[in-house]
Amino acid sequence: MRGRDGARIRRPPVRHGGWTPWLYLAPALVVLAGLLVYPVYQLGLISFLEYTQAQVSGGEPTSFQGLANYRELLGDPQFWDVLLATVVFAAACVLGTVTVGCALAVLLTRVRAVPRLLLMLAALGAWATPAITGSTVWVFLFDPDFGPVNRVLGLGDHSWTYGRYSAFTLVFLEVVWCSFPLVMVVTYAGIRAVPGEVLEAAALDGAGAWRTWRSVLAPMLRPVLIVVTIQSVIWDFKVFTQIYVMTDGGGIADQNLVLNVYAYQKAFASSQYSLGSAIGVVMLLILLAVTLVYLKLLRRNGEEI
Amino acid sequence: MSADVGAGSRTRPGPGAGTRSWIRKPGRLAADGAAVLIAAVVAFPLYWMVLSAFKPAGEVRSDHPVPWTLSPSLDAFRRVFEQQDFGRYFLNSLLVAGTVVVASALLAFLAATAVARFRFRLRTTLLILFLVAQMVPVEALTIPLFFLMRDIGALNTLFSLILPHLAFSLPFAIWMLRGFVKAVPEALEEQAFIDGASRTRFLWQILFPLVLPGLVATSVFSFISTWNDFLFAKSFIISATENSTLPMALLVFFDTETPDWGGVMAASTVMTVPVLIFFVCVHRRLVSGLGGAVK
Repeated sequence: MRGRDGARIRRPPVRHGGWTPWLYLAPALVVLAGLLVYPVYQLGLISFLEYTQAQVSGGEPTSFQGLANYRELLGDPQFWDVLLATVVFAAACVLGTVTVGCALAVLLTRVRAVPRLLLMLAALGAWATPAITGSTVWVFLFDPDFGPVNRVLGLGDHSWTYGRYSAFTLVFLEVVWCSFPLVMVVTYAGIRAVPGEVLEAAALDGAGAWRTWRSVLAPMLRPVLIVVTIQSVIWDFKVFTQIYVMTDGGGIADQNLVLNVYAYQKAFASSQYSLGSAIGVVMLLILLAVTLVYLKLLRRNGEEI
Repeated sequence: MSADVGAGSRTRPGPGAGTRSWIRKPGRLAADGAAVLIAAVVAFPLYWMVLSAFKPAGEVRSDHPVPWTLSPSLDAFRRVFEQQDFGRYFLNSLLVAGTVVVASALLAFLAATAVARFRFRLRTTLLILFLVAQMVPVEALTIPLFFLMRDIGALNTLFSLILPHLAFSLPFAIWMLRGFVKAVPEALEEQAFIDGASRTRFLWQILFPLVLPGLVATSVFSFISTWNDFLFAKSFIISATENSTLPMALLVFFDTETPDWGGVMAASTVMTVPVLIFFVCVHRRLVSGLGGAVK
């Protein structure tokens, strides 16, 4: 920690190593070019072609379709439905994750060592749980026949995955559970770095926890909060494992599809590879826009990249 | 650790210094209680997972589940390890994740050194590209990657899992390691050169050991994402089931019609424990590393 604090003050390196940096970068760049850039290019390409089972295994020649795939996609009401669901679901997850994470970070600063350690350990456990096992466990917890949640809430054999909204709620709970720890830990570290005098002054002025957060901590932690929010946006917009596992590939009659799962199902379940790719491109563009906003916010905060 | 720590006299706030002085005593007991309660709620799913894995089959399928068991049994684990090639899948998963962690750590170390300690043309552009690369929806790339793997003949082999995960973990690893490399004082490098060390020698014998803790913290992320993957395993390992990985085995148990919950929870436990151990070992560095990565 100490070293990094020093590094931020120090001027950036000014050495010109000639070819050396490129030599160091070469292995990583080769891997990225072959397995990331090239596939992205291919994704774009496939989205302009006719690419179905006939082309994949039948050896039929591919034909250029122009924007036909996109026209078909945009003309499909299901696409708009899924897009809307994805945006609303991701927004809810981000809001839930950031709110819970920040609230618990503030709580952590107000409790004694033992409760703090317990909460930290529990959060680390949730954080470390792989998405796939987290999903199976949460489905089991809410299982209508053998799960403890319905017993405790007295819901009988109410099925959480049957209704569209209750299924989304279940996935939402799991996503928040496994992603709030990162927000909590980072925000807590940020609060600890705030000088004690500031908080003392707020306390002397009679500010309560909420007021201190709103008027003092949140503005001071703005850079940290922006980063965790944007990261959450990116992760939650791309959520795949939880939806796929918990709602069995998109829910009853595809009611719980999000874009990522939709693209996968289009491509691999119904062999419409070009439509799947077109959905992938749409996602890429949306996330690219988010990234640009992110970079702009970073710049405005005067961060040196 | 009293509430009136003289925060003003400190130059660097230590853990919790100062923050505690704005706490009012009456609210503290309530806050403590709330923290313990929330910790219990957050830990409950994991507790229930392990508990159900050890419960005998009859208790797992009981209409009135209780949060304890008086007759713990290893039956569920036995089922998991016997019914399929679970041990083999476990090894495959370990092999894939291990290879990705080691390879991505080495490549990311070199790349992070380049962007953190040298100034060269396109440096900022590259950094932005590394950032943008983190946003790529991995799952959407399953389609072109499938064709790529088919064309290079890697389908059905563990390479088809290792290669994409290596690529997807690199951008974040580079981005995060940059902070750790930057934190090593430049004077050290100058001193090494004065002492006659070559650039390569400095890189591997001085810089590498110093950055190693950061490397370990970074590895958690590549480990988790690779360990967790079932999409590539599902899409690229089609006929050679002996090359399948843990998540696939777990999903077999998680058959939606009549899931064997005891088996699912036992398999989930087996899958979660290695990550938990890894996490607990590195969590301190992880937090400071994240601080570096997000700033």
